[in-house]
Parts: sequence; structure tokens; C-alpha cells
Amino acid sequence: MKKFFTSALFKGLVWQVIGFFIGAGLVTGIRALMGLSTTDTFFFTEPAWVLGSFIGALSFLVGCGVTDDWIKWARGIDTHDNHEEHWHGWEKYVNVSFDHKVIGIQYTLISLALIAIGGTFALIFRAELAASQLQFLTTELQLFGQNGPQLYNTLMSLHGIVMIISILLGVSGIINYAVPLLIGAADMSFPRLNAFSYWIAVPAAVTLISSLFLGGFDTGWTGYPPLSARAPVGMQMFFMGVFVAGWSSILGALNVVVTVLRMRAKGMTAMKMPIFVWAGLATSIIAMTATQFIGLAFQLVMFQRLFGMGFFDPSKGGNPILFQHLFWFYSHPAVYVFILPGLGVISELLPVFVRKPLYGYRWIAMSSIGIALVGFVVWAHHMFTSGMNEYLRVPFMYSTLLVSVPTGVKFFSWVATMWKGKISTPTPMLFVLGAIIVFLMGGLSGPPHATVSTDLHLHDTYFVVGHFHDTIFGGFVFPFFAAIYYWFPKATGRRMNEFWGKVHFWLMTPSFFVLTFGMMYVGLLGMRRRIADYDPALGIDTAHLILTIGAFLIALSVLIFFINFFYSIKNGEKAEGNVWESRSPEWQVPSPMSLHNYPTPLEVVGEPYDYGLKDAPYIRFVKPAKAGKSKH
Amino acid sequence: MQHFVIVGILVIVTTVLTYLGLDVAGLAKQQHPVAASAQSASIDQLWHWEMIVISFLFALIVVPMLYSLIAFRQKKGEMKDGEHMEGNTTLEIAWTVIPLFIVVIFSYLGGWSLGEVNRVDPQALVINVRGAQFAWTFEYPEYGIVSDELHLPVDRQVVLKMTSADVLHSFWVPEFRLKQDVVPGRITDYRVTPSLIGDYKVRCAELCGTSHAYMENAVIVSTQADYDAWIVEQTEIAKQLAQTPEGQGRILAVRNGCLGCHSLDGTPGTGPTWFNLFGKQENLNDGSTILVDEAYLAESILNPNAKIVAGFTSPSVMPAFVFTDEEIANIIAYIKTLK
Repeated sequence: MKKFFTSALFKGLVWQVIGFFIGAGLVTGIRALMGLSTTDTFFFTEPAWVLGSFIGALSFLVGCGVTDDWIKWARGIDTHDNHEEHWHGWEKYVNVSFDHKVIGIQYTLISLALIAIGGTFALIFRAELAASQLQFLTTELQLFGQNGPQLYNTLMSLHGIVMIISILLGVSGIINYAVPLLIGAADMSFPRLNAFSYWIAVPAAVTLISSLFLGGFDTGWTGYPPLSARAPVGMQMFFMGVFVAGWSSILGALNVVVTVLRMRAKGMTAMKMPIFVWAGLATSIIAMTATQFIGLAFQLVMFQRLFGMGFFDPSKGGNPILFQHLFWFYSHPAVYVFILPGLGVISELLPVFVRKPLYGYRWIAMSSIGIALVGFVVWAHHMFTSGMNEYLRVPFMYSTLLVSVPTGVKFFSWVATMWKGKISTPTPMLFVLGAIIVFLMGGLSGPPHATVSTDLHLHDTYFVVGHFHDTIFGGFVFPFFAAIYYWFPKATGRRMNEFWGKVHFWLMTPSFFVLTFGMMYVGLLGMRRRIADYDPALGIDTAHLILTIGAFLIALSVLIFFINFFYSIKNGEKAEGNVWESRSPEWQVPSPMSLHNYPTPLEVVGEPYDYGLKDAPYIRFVKPAKAGKSKH
Repeated sequence: MQHFVIVGILVIVTTVLTYLGLDVAGLAKQQHPVAASAQSASIDQLWHWEMIVISFLFALIVVPMLYSLIAFRQKKGEMKDGEHMEGNTTLEIAWTVIPLFIVVIFSYLGGWSLGEVNRVDPQALVINVRGAQFAWTFEYPEYGIVSDELHLPVDRQVVLKMTSADVLHSFWVPEFRLKQDVVPGRITDYRVTPSLIGDYKVRCAELCGTSHAYMENAVIVSTQADYDAWIVEQTEIAKQLAQTPEGQGRILAVRNGCLGCHSLDGTPGTGPTWFNLFGKQENLNDGSTILVDEAYLAESILNPNAKIVAGFTSPSVMPAFVFTDEEIANIIAYIKTLK
């Protein structure tokens, strides 16, 4: 326990609290001097909370020590170029490390933690929805300055945004862990920036969740004004949390792009990169160039609240629909940030378990880039009913339908990859197959939203909710679990329990189908999104009860996964060799990997997925340079 | 070759079964629930075509996947790799171009359907709609009627001129298949031709705050004769109401959406009920009690945050209204009648 209290994580959190009080105190002091009010419902005034949380986040970074080297450089002090590891066991993950593998695992752990939190929120409000009328989130309930329906809105909104941040961090986790290994690099291009990108996500998550205790926010994760301009102070914590988390996304993506462009092994030309690297690159291009827009949109609402600016206030000449354009210009490409790495995991793992080359490698690689590019010009399909220019809806319908073409290429290529293979189905492969089918459901339920007239009925109903959960489970959650089961032995030298892995899969998949089909069904019947209660006259009480049972079964399966995960770290079956008989470079060396990955540099001499071809290795290790030759 | 034949047959069978399954659930030929507008015809038609294509694409991916899983399964103890196939450019081009072709077709059909939905009748009946947390009000400008129910004649196009008093709302009658956001500071149009007589509900579809779920008002589609009768009756009521202070108070309460939160019959709502309100001792959230009189009511209307009744949200979700002294007196006169 003492080790925890001296860890970077704990120090950071303490400094975040201290920083918060410095910021909040500063504002309160200035307000007192100006003769303005100094306290409000949640003790501090709103400007004090905002500046406090901002300075708190910055203090966390300085306090945890991730900026130490930069500060030393600024003061003219040299640091070791070759960072050594000081920590062992679990301590590695609560302290600052510049090793991309440790950072990848740190990302994965915080992502899992947020999945647990966001999932718990979902279970609470899903229980409330099990029957019409309000059961326990009633108007009499008072908690954190909110009554029942308000708390419902807060939990529903937080479920959305906590899951989204968790997905972004999970994506960073897989990419950080796998990309340098797959391209044969010793680390990321900028190891300190990499650590910085991770650590900034921690105070962001804390700030975000603090909104629950500060009156919450009742706008959904979209935070549309004018409602978000009126919500309690928790709204500002939401904006600030997302704003800060955005830095993590932008800087992390920058690092990935540079790493992929500059640090590939000798001979690894673009068309010889493992396919997941293509997906990581495509996703990073989006995250690096689009995230600014959500930060900007949220910042404008923050300023509207703090300084009375009228960006989105019609009574001051502002335009509420402008916000929606800014918001979706990021938030639509963002869903491709969530799914492209997942689709990359599917393409990466499928050949291993099918024992056959990836069918149409170049087409799959290009389809990732295609989806990323088309994804930038479809944002207004979220706004078909918003009151934006009516004629603009038509070109956005065309561009949205166009996304189905590169997505279709992926599906057809996966099917062709499986054709005449020698298929085995250990747990990671089960999740890959589940991902394909679930993502197919998401893909097929998409076009009715794209064609404007059918969307006029579906928009803002549970049909959209079902569609969205299908795309995200198929595009992220299932592949994320597949990736964890697959690379777990690489990270720990042990494998997760196969039996409980299969229980996890067979419990989660059918429950999930029931959940999302049910969502689409009640949505068509008239169930709106984001409502705490529904009209019993709709006749959907039974359907909702079944949905709630489905949701709890999914939660149970994820609980089984968590137990399996943490138990297997110490007690799993030993697996230090090439457990999956993969051709990928990281499996050609024993697990777990050493500090700088490969003991000797590697060189690409073949194609990545030539399964079924004798004597055609993908890589070979270069013999160490002869003594006497200079290193650089 | 044999594999291809089996899979081909299975794809066709599965397509048919998927379509039939959707049809049994009632989802293949139309969106749900019952269609009650002329606009829904082209929408449901497009939906039906989409369901056919979706049934086929579902089968096209799932069948070969499951077939491969069974037919090309690695047998126990077998360590061999699969056949070495890297790809086929012709095939890749085919499954890029054919979907592109389908996309073009559906782009056209989508444009056609939207055109049908937007078809304008210059003779359309105009009704003004106002959305406010958490109720809808409808104004018939030709007759000076203000109502919290939307009455529409069947088979005649209406255009709703909608605006919001506060935040975003969205006007959705599931049976009409159409939805349009309501935005403060601008007027959005909702054009619909009701085609089926019946009682429906408009349900706010854009999250608008605490009681968003309850922002529902009645929509009644009736024959032209019944509609005319209702108009005559309402015009008469409006005339009579306008002659007394409490009647004018009622008009104000309806027009400003007060009754969305304050019930008239004692049922609990977002705000305190107006039933038996005047003259009662009210418990406030600071523990004190107060007699509900003219002064208290006037203060609460103009500044909802001045005093909060115990058990209700603080700060209040009620917007601060601007009324003349006479209007306030009228509203209070109306509240006094609710016993």
C-alpha cells in the first residue's frame, strides 16, 4: 500500500486537488475583490469550478512527474536518453514509464476501468426502464443536487461520454501496444509525449466523472445548446473533461502517425505493413485533424456560460444549429476512430486463425483510408431533422451511402479470407467472428438512416440507439476483447483461461443480439431516445423488461472477463512461445517482450500473411552489427 | 464448385427466410406503428425496398461465413495451413462496383422519396406550434384559437409553423413518420397530410430537460365535419373566455404552456398542481410555510426562483415570464377557480 501512496498516480491526484483549490481560490478571491458573489449551490461559483478544474488537470501532469524531463531540458539539465525501468510488477502501471508497451497496458487498464463505470451507469438507468412509470429514480429522490429524472439524464449522458472516452483510450491502448511491435520499432517516436498523452487522460476522466456530483448535466453526450447553456455546473465539468481528453487523442495520434511513417523496419514498404498498422494510421489521421472541432465547440459553450457570449443564443443573434455542425464535424469521424482499429484487429487476427493469407490485402488497406476520408463529409446526416438547409440533406445522403462501399469491401474480403481455410476457434477468433456479424448488423441497419425520408421517422428513437450499439460493439468492443485475449500472452507470458473466455463469448453475444434487436424494435414503435419514462400505451413494457435482462447478462459476462483477466495475470497457463502460430514479428521472440522489444533489428523479407506457403517468412532478424562499427 | 452451388442455394433460402421473418414481425413492408399520413406511403415504400436488399446482404455475408466455419474447420490434430489465395483483382473490382451501383440506385430512390414527402400544397392549412419545456401549444391563426390539443382534418395538407420558447424540441408523431426539430429564434415547417382518422400523440424527440419524457400532447385527426364543429365550439369558447378575467387567464395559461408542468386536477407534475392551490398553506424547501395568496403567486410567476416549494427542483426549471399586471391578475383569477 505504501508503494501506492508514493506512486505517480497518487501524487498526480493529490496535486490535482491542490491545483483545483489554487485555481478556485484565485477566482473566488478576485470575485470577492470585485464585490461579486463568492459561493453558489456547490460551494464555489461556476467560474471557480472551471478554472479550478483546468489548473487541477495541469497540476496533475506536473505532480505525477511526466513533464520532469521537459522541465529539466528547459532549465538546461541533461537527462538520460536511454530511459531505464525502475519499477516492477503492478508498480509499473501506476508510475510514469516511457515504454510503449507499459503505456499501452496503462491505456487498456484505464479503458477497462471506465467501461466498468460507464457500464454501471447503464445498468442503473436500464433497470429504471424495465417498466413504464418511474420506479426508483422518482421525483422524490434527491441525490447530488438532482431529483430522479435529472439523475437519470445525468447517468444516461455520462454513460455515453464515459464509454466514448473509454473507447478512445482503449483504441490508444491497442495501437500503442501493438503498432511499434508490428513495425519492428523499439518504441514510439516520442516516448515522453506518449507518456504525456496517457497521463493527461487520467485527470480528464476524474474531471468528467466529477460532473455527476455537481448537479450533473441533462443534455446527453451531445451537449446541444441552448439546453447545455442552462444546465447545472456539472455541464462545465463535462466540457472540461472532454476538452482535456481531446489533447490526449490529438497528441497520441500525432505520435502514431510519425512512428508509422518514420520507424518501420528495413524493407517494410507501405504494402508490406501488417494490416492493423494501416488501420492505426487511418484512425490517427482522423483523431489528429478532427478532435479540435469538438474542443472548439465545447469551448464556445463554456465561454457562452462564463462570459455571456451569444454564440449559440438566438436572443443575442447566435445560432444553436451552428453548434451541431461543429460538434458533428468531429463526432461523426470520431465513430470511425472507434471502429477502424477494431476492423484492423479483425483483419489482423483472421488470417492467423484461418491459416490463409488475408484476401485482397491492398483493398482492405485502401478501404480503411477510404472510410476515413469519406467519413469527413457525412457529418450532417446527424442533422436531417435539425432545421438546417433542407436541400443540403440530399448531398449528405449521397456521401453517407457511399461509406457502405469501402465497408462492403472489408466484409467481402473477410468472407473470402475464410473460404477454404483451416479454421480454428479459440477465444480470440470467436470474438473476431462475433465482431464481424455484430458489425454487419450495425452496417445493415445504417442505410435506413442515410436515406433522408426513412430517417425522419427513425431519428432520435431507440432504432438509432440499437444501430449505434451494433456498430460500436462490432467495431470496437468485440475486437477489443479479441485483441486482449490475443495479445495477453505477449504482454504477460501467460494466457487467459480458455473455458471462461468461451463462457464470456457465449453469454455476451446472444444477450447482445437480444438487446440491440429489441432496441431497434421498440424504437420503431415509438420509443424515443433519452427518456426516463415511456407511455404504457405504446405496449413496449415487456420488450423493455427483456432488454434489461439482456443488459444484465452482458454485464455478467464482462464481470467474468474481468475476473479471468486479473486472475490470469499471475495464475494463467504459461505461454511464452508463439501460442497462435502467427507469422507476425512480435510472436517470433519469447513473451513477455523485453524493454526495447527486439534484441536485434529485423528486416522484412516477405509478405505478412503468406500462410500456406512454405519457406516464405515475413521477417528475419539481422545479425548484430560487428564490433568496431559506430552505432549511428 | 460444389461448395459454391451449396452456398448459392443457401444464400437464396436465407434471404427469403430473413425477409419472411421480418414480415412476420411486421417490419418488412412498413415502419411501425400504423401509417396515418399521405407522406408515409413513399417512406414505407422505400423502407420495404431497403428491407429486401438488407435481407439479401445479410444472407450474402452470414451464409458463406457460417458455411466456411463448418466445411473448412480445422480437424483435431490437423496442423496444415489453408489454401494459399492472396486475392483476385476482378473479384475485388466487382464487389466495389456492384455495391456502388446499388448505392446510386438508392441515392435516386432516397431523393425521390424525399421529394414526395416535401410535396407542397399551396392550399395547406396553417397552424402555429409553440414548443416550451414541457408542453406543446397550438394556435389556429384564422380563428384566434389557442389549444393544447392539435385537431386536424383528414386528407388535407397542413403546414405547422413551429418555434420554441426555450431550448430545442422535436415534433414527432410516430404515425405520421415525420419529425422536425423546433428551434428557438427561427420557424421550422412541418408539412403533413393526415390520412387516417384517429387519436395520436405528438412526442418531443429532442432531449429538452427533466420532464422531456412527458412532453406529449394529443393529436386528433377527424373528418372535415368534426373538425369544423370543433373549430366552431372552440371559437365560441374563446369568445366567452375573452370576456372574463379568469377566462383570459386560462387562455394565457394554455398559450404559454403552463399546463405542461402544472396540472389542473391534482396529479403531480414538474411543477406544483394548480388544483386547490389558492388559499392553501404551502411548505417551502427552506422548511418554512407560506399562505398562497395573490402576492405569492405573482412573485412566483415573475421570479420562479424566489420561493421553491418543498420537493421541487432548485433552481427552478420554470422560465421567468414577462406579463403585464393585468395578465397576472387574470392568471391568478383563473387559478382561484380551480377548486
